[in-house]
Amino acid sequence: MNAAAADQIFVTLKHWALVHTPASLQVLVSILLTIIPIIVIFPAIFALSVLLERKGLGRMQNRYGPNRVGPFGILQPIADALKSLTKEDIVPRSADHVVHYLAPLVLVGAAFLGYAVLPIGRNMVAANLDAGVLFFFAIGAATELAVFMAGWSSRNKYSLLGAMRAIAQMVSYEIPLILSSVAVVMMSGTLSTTSIVERQAHYTATLAHWNVFTPWGLAGFFLFMISGMAETNRSPFDLPEGESEIIAGYFIEYSGFKFALFFLAEYLEIFSISGLGITLFLGGWSSPFSFFAWIPSWIWFFTKLFTFILFFIWVRGTLPRLRMDQLMNFAWKFMLPMALIVILSAGIWRFLPAQSAEMAVVRWLVCAVIIAVPYVVLARALEQGKRIEKRTYRYAE
Amino acid sequence: MSNDLLEVDPIAGQGEIMEVSMGPHHPSTHGVFRMDVRLEGEKVVRLKPVFGYLHRNHEKIAEHGAYLAAIPYTDRLDYLCSMTNNWGYCLAVEKLAGITVPERAEYIRVIVAELTRFQNHAGLVGFLLQDMGASGTPLMYAFREREKVLDLFESLSGARMMCNYMRFGGLRVDATAAWLDEVRRLLPALPRFLDEFENLLRANEILMARTQGTGRLSRELAVSAGVTGPMLRASGVNYDVRKVDKYGIYDRFDFRVPLGDHGDVYDRYMMRILEMRETVKILEQALRGIPEGPIMDPKVRLRGLRPKAGEAYGRIESPKGELGFFLISDGTTNPYRYRVRPPSMINLTILEDMCLGQNIADVVVTLGSVDIVLGEVDR
Amino acid sequence: MLGEGIIQGLLETARNFFGSYVEKDRLTTVQFPEERRPLPEASRNFPFLLYDGTDPDAGLRCVSCQICEKECPPRCIHIEKSKDKKPDFVGKMQAYPAVFDIDVSVCMSCQICVEVCPFDAIRMDTEFELSTTDRFGSLLYTKRELAKSNEYYRKIHPTEAAECDARRAKDVEDTKAKAAAAAAAAAAKAAQAKDPAAAPPPASSASTNGAAAPARSEVKENQ
Repeated sequence: MNAAAADQIFVTLKHWALVHTPASLQVLVSILLTIIPIIVIFPAIFALSVLLERKGLGRMQNRYGPNRVGPFGILQPIADALKSLTKEDIVPRSADHVVHYLAPLVLVGAAFLGYAVLPIGRNMVAANLDAGVLFFFAIGAATELAVFMAGWSSRNKYSLLGAMRAIAQMVSYEIPLILSSVAVVMMSGTLSTTSIVERQAHYTATLAHWNVFTPWGLAGFFLFMISGMAETNRSPFDLPEGESEIIAGYFIEYSGFKFALFFLAEYLEIFSISGLGITLFLGGWSSPFSFFAWIPSWIWFFTKLFTFILFFIWVRGTLPRLRMDQLMNFAWKFMLPMALIVILSAGIWRFLPAQSAEMAVVRWLVCAVIIAVPYVVLARALEQGKRIEKRTYRYAE
Repeated sequence: MSNDLLEVDPIAGQGEIMEVSMGPHHPSTHGVFRMDVRLEGEKVVRLKPVFGYLHRNHEKIAEHGAYLAAIPYTDRLDYLCSMTNNWGYCLAVEKLAGITVPERAEYIRVIVAELTRFQNHAGLVGFLLQDMGASGTPLMYAFREREKVLDLFESLSGARMMCNYMRFGGLRVDATAAWLDEVRRLLPALPRFLDEFENLLRANEILMARTQGTGRLSRELAVSAGVTGPMLRASGVNYDVRKVDKYGIYDRFDFRVPLGDHGDVYDRYMMRILEMRETVKILEQALRGIPEGPIMDPKVRLRGLRPKAGEAYGRIESPKGELGFFLISDGTTNPYRYRVRPPSMINLTILEDMCLGQNIADVVVTLGSVDIVLGEVDR
Repeated sequence: MLGEGIIQGLLETARNFFGSYVEKDRLTTVQFPEERRPLPEASRNFPFLLYDGTDPDAGLRCVSCQICEKECPPRCIHIEKSKDKKPDFVGKMQAYPAVFDIDVSVCMSCQICVEVCPFDAIRMDTEFELSTTDRFGSLLYTKRELAKSNEYYRKIHPTEAAECDARRAKDVEDTKAKAAAAAAAAAAKAAQAKDPAAAPPPASSASTNGAAAPARSEVKENQ
């Protein structure tokens, strides 16, 4: 089959199935055929990424990861799933049972809802909303609520501490997250995720028009990814579940399947934020070079998603945790001004002329300098503020 | 972050006081150790350390048994550094009974003590980073090196950690030429590991932000609380028992004592890394100068040692601080009084002053930098 | 503070990740129980009793002097002396332990019993896969379980065993020499009883003890 057919294979399959269903059921079947692949595929990627994380972390730490269950430990996720399903579900007696029960469900539900607006391939988006990006961020706020529900209902000081930290962190990092995507929205002129991807899918001299190839796009991409890591409580921002201090933070009182649901929700959020980052900055399902455009679009999307997952695992294995006040400092005094400067740079990009190659280069350099100089200034200021210095040591006589 | 005790009335205090017990079961308290922490939001207003969960009557057991029988128990005091514990005790008994140690034994004692110091500091730095959330990666690198040292101990004394190697008047077995060659082979890899470790984390902004300025300990407070070891030197006080007492043959080796200026967690962390480098220097010199000869004073009877009545205090610079053994003999085969000066416990008494006014996340990091081993704190 | 420390850290981790596939030093796991590292010769776990030859009762070296029981720091050895005697490796009649129990759950592998034993009768084993499901009975090792042959000792600690065997062989030689000298002296004495001009013979029993005692104090120093 040729490239276009491979690209649209799932769309074709769905149309074929719909043609063969009676008219009264077509709406229901269409909905199911859209939702069920999402509910099946992303948890499958979750299982795979849990395994990759353990093996990746292991290799970084000079050891094998799990390798006993199945060859190379491939069946480890199944073992983990069985374990969490069969563990006793302990709920503290003084906990608020209703809220305690609902918290993981709300979290998982909200995490799944975010996938509705991610275009996984050409013509493959669950809900083609005109305000897709806005919908995504609105759903993101619901996850914060669920985290707080979990922490509060457990009636445990550690989980309360964890929940407070989580709320403060997630709320603070929403701002740079949204502001960095505002730059993209501004340049694309639309909130619809499919249109944003389509605008990036054109090629000039074999290079695509991805937003990340522009200076404001690159900076915005980094800001987005860092804020995304903080949103999903992923190391180095995992203070709410600070393993060595407050043991497990807001899900300390959860065991068994509910714990697995929290875990699932964390990874689903990672995938969906990565997916949004791919959509906004990395051109969604388009390929970077025109000579690779024959590879199906959904394969590109998942390749980029896996690169993100590997990068997250890499960062987790390297960096220690930031403390709470340092997290806040970083968000408000560094990320927020940088996000505003990225928007400024994007605006200047829009209005500088770039008809010829030299003018394009000049435009790139000007916008890059507009971002780089405040970056250095802010970084130095942050360092001064915290009194961090490189020290030298003396020896006794 | 002032160092004087905050007078806070916990009942009618400002804001909401939450009392958290960072209990004996905790991933980061380095053993069964409990801290009753009173928090106001995230700031610590009172911290009470509670220990004794690992008390094993070490002193009483040693008073009941002969002098020789106490040596395996000293292994288990600071269970990561068994060789230096043995040395401290043997030093005390040698002072009490007037025993001299032959030269080769002194050299080997220095070699194993410095190897112990290296592996202890490596493990500690790894644990410090683990407590800060670096998910085990630096810990695994540190343990990779520590394993090499423990393998050396196993081929020398038979056990990796509970070595039971030193005796009054010398050592239990001689180190073969093959073993000394293995140590020589290991030595060049150690500075490389240190460089790699420093690379990973020294210039890391997150690490610096979390450790610089936390857990400050001023000079005066450190001296008046009896703090010793790298913690004292990080606060700027030049006191290393190896240089002060010159026990063993330490006066023959050329090594420097690093000092810090700020007394915070970063300084203590760097003290240990710099000390590891000095340790490598001492090892090189010792391996070059080690003579042939006997390893045991031939006049000593190990079984049924009856030192004349009297008292002696033998102290060494263990990796944690000044480890001292005070012995009173009444002329019989058992000591009349046997007392251990545990550096970890004495360093721990100052924990509250270091942690007041800081976040709870800093408490864990500060505790890690004190370098406690509960076997020594509780004995 | 421009983030270069973080980048350096990331590169270090990546180097370890890729290095773990190519360098042996960067993947230090030993997949026990499929792979086992050989233990160094000096390693020790719990004690065992030595016997010479093939019969654990006749060849048992232990003469039940109970020095190890007295010196054991946690007092985990329990010995009951026998009422009768059996010959040891130089032919002298010695008692043997009727009961020799070591409580392995108490033993702390300190090796003091080995150091103080004057008869090379107890040594440290290297066997560590000893876990059982019965907490009280199976961790008390009796004489039957503790007795292992000298062949086994040669396998696990070859250098020590060789030195021990050499010393014991020398002891046997010395005893034979002394016995021969004593026999010669006795014969000379008997001859002298008929002929009063011959020189008096040296005391035979003192010299046998004198030959054995330096061997035992050598044992103490050499351990």
